[in-house]
Amino acid sequence: MTESNYDEIMQLLCDRLSSLTNSNAQITPETNLISQLSIDSIKLLNLIMEIEDTFDVSIPINALTDVQTVRELVDLVYKIKTAS
Amino acid sequence: MNLLEKIDAAAAARIALLPNGVGAFGIPIEEVYSATEARIGDRRVLLLGTNNYLGLTFAPECIQAAHDAIDKEGTGTTGSRMANGSYFGHRALEREFADFYQCSSSIVFTTGYQANLGTISGLVGPGDTVLIDGDSHASIYDGCILSGADIIRFKHNDTADMEKRLRRLGNRIETTLIIAEGIYSMLGDQAPLAEIVRLKNQYGCLLLLDEAHSLGVLGETGQGLVEKTGLLQEVDFITGTFSKSLCSIGGFCVSNHPQLEQLRYISHPYIFTASPSPATIASTRAALELLRNGSHLRKQLWNNCTQLYSALKEAGYELGPDPGPVIAAVVDTPQQALLLWQRLLEHNIYVNLILPPAAPEGKSLVRCSVNAAHTRDQIQHVGDTFTKLFKEIN
Ligand SMILES: Cc1ncc(COP(=O)(O)O)c(C=O)c1O
Repeated sequence: MTESNYDEIMQLLCDRLSSLTNSNAQITPETNLISQLSIDSIKLLNLIMEIEDTFDVSIPINALTDVQTVRELVDLVYKIKTAS
Repeated sequence: MNLLEKIDAAAAARIALLPNGVGAFGIPIEEVYSATEARIGDRRVLLLGTNNYLGLTFAPECIQAAHDAIDKEGTGTTGSRMANGSYFGHRALEREFADFYQCSSSIVFTTGYQANLGTISGLVGPGDTVLIDGDSHASIYDGCILSGADIIRFKHNDTADMEKRLRRLGNRIETTLIIAEGIYSMLGDQAPLAEIVRLKNQYGCLLLLDEAHSLGVLGETGQGLVEKTGLLQEVDFITGTFSKSLCSIGGFCVSNHPQLEQLRYISHPYIFTASPSPATIASTRAALELLRNGSHLRKQLWNNCTQLYSALKEAGYELGPDPGPVIAAVVDTPQQALLLWQRLLEHNIYVNLILPPAAPEGKSLVRCSVNAAHTRDQIQHVGDTFTKLFKEIN
């Protein structure tokens, strides 16, 4: 997967996150999902299902224990997508 | 923020969600009069929020058996099943469960929660995969986390969604366990078991079904969804609890795979906890006997279920898709749910209040649990009260 794909994932996730949280605040790679976006655990888990379908990959929810920021989430999806 | 401040912040967020709802959770029941009535504060209330599906909490046979066991064996075992805590009764109950489900192996756990923790963490581990329903009970989630396996969720009761996820697993299917529940405790709906079984056979993985809410409730002899659908032999592992239709505390797993026996040596939630007390085991054995021969209780239960489900439906409430002992009125906001819950209590009816994120899809629930001991008149009264309150909350 090329660099642009990483950016595509980033763009897509930022868009989804801003509509999920109805947030006017700018979402950046460093935005914290829980403390800044107050995204609850169920919403996050449902978002993972959506991402799985969009990229046709399996993303185990236990991998989310290491994810706090938008960038970390994108890293995870990118890593799984490139390995598949 | 230090640890205690973090807890304070979470508490503040919870209170902000529903400022005057603080008393609604863990409300004290001062006295219990019967399977259907108790005292809360100074009110004599009708209990419509218990899991006492067959109404057996005061069954004389169970009470007598518990008394006798205390007299003969004392109040507690003071030890693990692995050490000094495996009495004759524990092993007898395991044989009775194996016989009930026509299975070769059966393990009794100290709670239903631990039955899921112990079974799941014993069956799968790091590198394996669990494919679970998105609305799974916390004991299933916790068992999966304890196991270290990769956890993939599928949309609640959606087998097309489940198949997509099975297909993506590729050759990891071999080490995959699917987990579903007979009756889901939030909306009372049943798993599409025939389709789940078809997919698990087509893809070649294992299936665990938690019959916590369906044991005693579904099927001619009360085995649960496996019996109702005729699919007992297709499900690899069945777990369940004694805390609902069997009216005690404990849990079990049954299977025809002899490997289940090995869990006794590796499963921490089985090993590192004391075994159920003799009285608990004795009343459970008596209740299992009543459950197996309880088709009259199931008939009464289902009459009550359909009576209340139709009354609430007619009143205009949004309900889960399947009539059954769990009947949840779905409302849009926590405030509506709290108001309905409080008004029902003022009418001396106790039900369960369930708010997001525990309730599915951001909705809130006022959940009734019907049992076989409720009379027609009691159910009628509940239906009438809900009907009267519909306008007030909408
Ligand atoms: C689906 C399900 N599984 C397991 C359990 C746990 O049972 P127990 O109360 O015996 O710990 C429950 C009960 O809360 C449940 O609803």
